[in-house]
Amino acid sequence: MEQEIILKKDRQPFSFVKPLVAKLTPKFNRGDLLGSLKKTGITVISILLFIGLWHWGAKALYDVEADYKIEKALTERGAEAAAAERACIASGDSSCQPNTLPSPSQVWASLQSLIADHKIIKADKAAFVEKMAATNAKLTAKGKDPIVYTGRASFIDIVFTSIRTVFAGFLLALLIAVPIGIIIGLSAPLRSAFNWFIQVFKPVSPVVWYLLVFMIVKTLYIGDSTDNAFVISFISVGLCAMWATLVNTAMGVSSVDKDYINVAKVLKLGTFQKVFKVILPSSLPLIFTGLRITLSVAWMVLIAIELLAQSQGLGLFVWEEFQNGANDSNSKIIVAMFVIGIIGFLLDRFMLTVQNMVSFNKNEAV
Amino acid sequence: MAYLELNNVYKTYGEGTDSTEVLSNINLTIEEGEFVAIVGFTGSGKTTLVNLINGLLKPTSGEVLFKGKPVIDTSHERGVIFQNYSLLPWLTVGQNVYMAVKEAFPKEKKSVLNQRVRDYVDMVNLTPAFNKRPKELSGGMRQRVAVARALAMDPEMIIMDEPLGALDALTRGNLQDEILHIWSKDKRTALLITNDVDEGIYMADRIIPLKPGPNATLGPEFKIAIDRPRDKTALNDNPNYKKTRNAIIAYLMDIGEERKSVSATEYVLPEIAPKSFVA
Ligand SMILES: Nc1ncnc2c1ncn2[C@@H]1O[C@H](COP(=O)(O)OP(=O)(O)OP(=O)(O)O)[C@@H](O)[C@H]1O
Ligand SMILES: [Mg+2]
Repeated sequence: MEQEIILKKDRQPFSFVKPLVAKLTPKFNRGDLLGSLKKTGITVISILLFIGLWHWGAKALYDVEADYKIEKALTERGAEAAAAERACIASGDSSCQPNTLPSPSQVWASLQSLIADHKIIKADKAAFVEKMAATNAKLTAKGKDPIVYTGRASFIDIVFTSIRTVFAGFLLALLIAVPIGIIIGLSAPLRSAFNWFIQVFKPVSPVVWYLLVFMIVKTLYIGDSTDNAFVISFISVGLCAMWATLVNTAMGVSSVDKDYINVAKVLKLGTFQKVFKVILPSSLPLIFTGLRITLSVAWMVLIAIELLAQSQGLGLFVWEEFQNGANDSNSKIIVAMFVIGIIGFLLDRFMLTVQNMVSFNKNEAV
Repeated sequence: MAYLELNNVYKTYGEGTDSTEVLSNINLTIEEGEFVAIVGFTGSGKTTLVNLINGLLKPTSGEVLFKGKPVIDTSHERGVIFQNYSLLPWLTVGQNVYMAVKEAFPKEKKSVLNQRVRDYVDMVNLTPAFNKRPKELSGGMRQRVAVARALAMDPEMIIMDEPLGALDALTRGNLQDEILHIWSKDKRTALLITNDVDEGIYMADRIIPLKPGPNATLGPEFKIAIDRPRDKTALNDNPNYKKTRNAIIAYLMDIGEERKSVSATEYVLPEIAPKSFVA
């Protein structure tokens, strides 16, 4: 069969041209290039559409708010006040701007100002460290705690606090959920013993987890003045997010392909060998799927928990900006929203890569 | 005392109303050093029978005796080549075989074990794929890894569940010879499940048909009175071969027809069309 096909091919005129052409064309062929160009094109167009829609929507909301303000001035204080209000709004003066959904350009400006602010704070901090260097050296020599910078945190610092919290929470979830998942996956009685526990605690909301952790940590930290907001928030995040990993690990371990178990039996592997050489490798893909869900849940609940715990992260930032009600607060909130979304997306991509790396069945992970 | 003995073995899957008796009243005796082939229709319970013998399953009633003792667990004395290869997908070819070899010879030095792995992988012509994972192999290559893994453990009895089904005629012939070679070298005992009557005749001392299920039971045995070593090319001209082959095929056709007329269900016949041995 194959022979036949090859013979036919060889009879084609100019068949020798083909290899030459193949050598000359670069690695990717035209189809691939066109395909990826098309894909990028579609993404770019959809982003532009989104921004356009947003811009248009923001403008419409702005107009509604402005009209309302002018109308109000007219009914309450007369035509003159209304005209003054109109002029004030048109001049762009910050005292009378309508407060509504910010436009893309306002958000962009806020991002710039947040970054500029970060640079200022960073310089401030460096100056402070330099200034205090001598004093701190003396203090440490005397065995006292050095004086540290306690000024305002910049937006970038805030983002990093959030990332640290999520990673600490994720690590905690991993350290708790994977071992317990393995143990209850291996034993059917333990699985049924734990089942009610998992079913009851899995749907508990982040807020309740926070309160629970707060009650416990507060007591443990009694008499200690150090800031425990970080500890409380990462523990809450971890407890909130660990369930997917726990359930997936238990399921992966308990549902190992019968064939692999048969192999383990025929080879007469010991319990330890059976667990580490057969059961765990075969459930790794499921465990990593669970971890991926855990990381995304951790990132999602983070905002609410940081807000409650008053931990200097994005959650608190968003809340404070909302309470603050300054002119650019709304656009700062939107900046935070995008930063949260993009970091969440990157974290998920990262986990997907790891998941694909450990998966022996590449097309399993979606 | 027979080497392997199955006495009035019944095997039922499930419980209560949805239980099905897959095997019923199986009686089988295999002597040490014998090569027995069992041919049967698909779904008749061949794999179930194999698992009863290797110790993965327990009979619902009756007894399975190996060297006079009841089989209660798997043992390194009985090597198994699984029908569905059952390779561990996260291990390479070499690692799959190594895992088995290490369990079978726990006291050997690592270098000895590694050499053994290389030898057996080479025997099934998979040295070029030594570091590949099962996913990257064709069905036939996986089957060869499974053969290498089972034989590398050096079992006393080799239990093979359709071990060469997915192979082309040439590779199949080579592996048949390898298995025969290993079997005869140290006079091992072998049980071969197959759906290829010719393969059974070429390799076995006796062929026993397994009737179609449910309630499958073993049919009358056919002795293969052809001297070893057997020559594939000459086999076609052997009057004994033709006679035995025709008898077995006639019997299988008969029980196949019987089943059809009794239950009106279609049973797929095994591939028993004449096959040229010269590839
Ligand atoms: N674990 C099980 N639980 C319930 N029924 C089973 C189980 N294993 C096998 N069976 C049934 O027992 C019958 C025999 O199965 P078995 O796998 O032994 O057949 P087989 O002869 O090996 O088939 P094949 O030629 O396709 O490999 C089938 O009808 C199957 O549905
Ligand atoms: Mg089978």
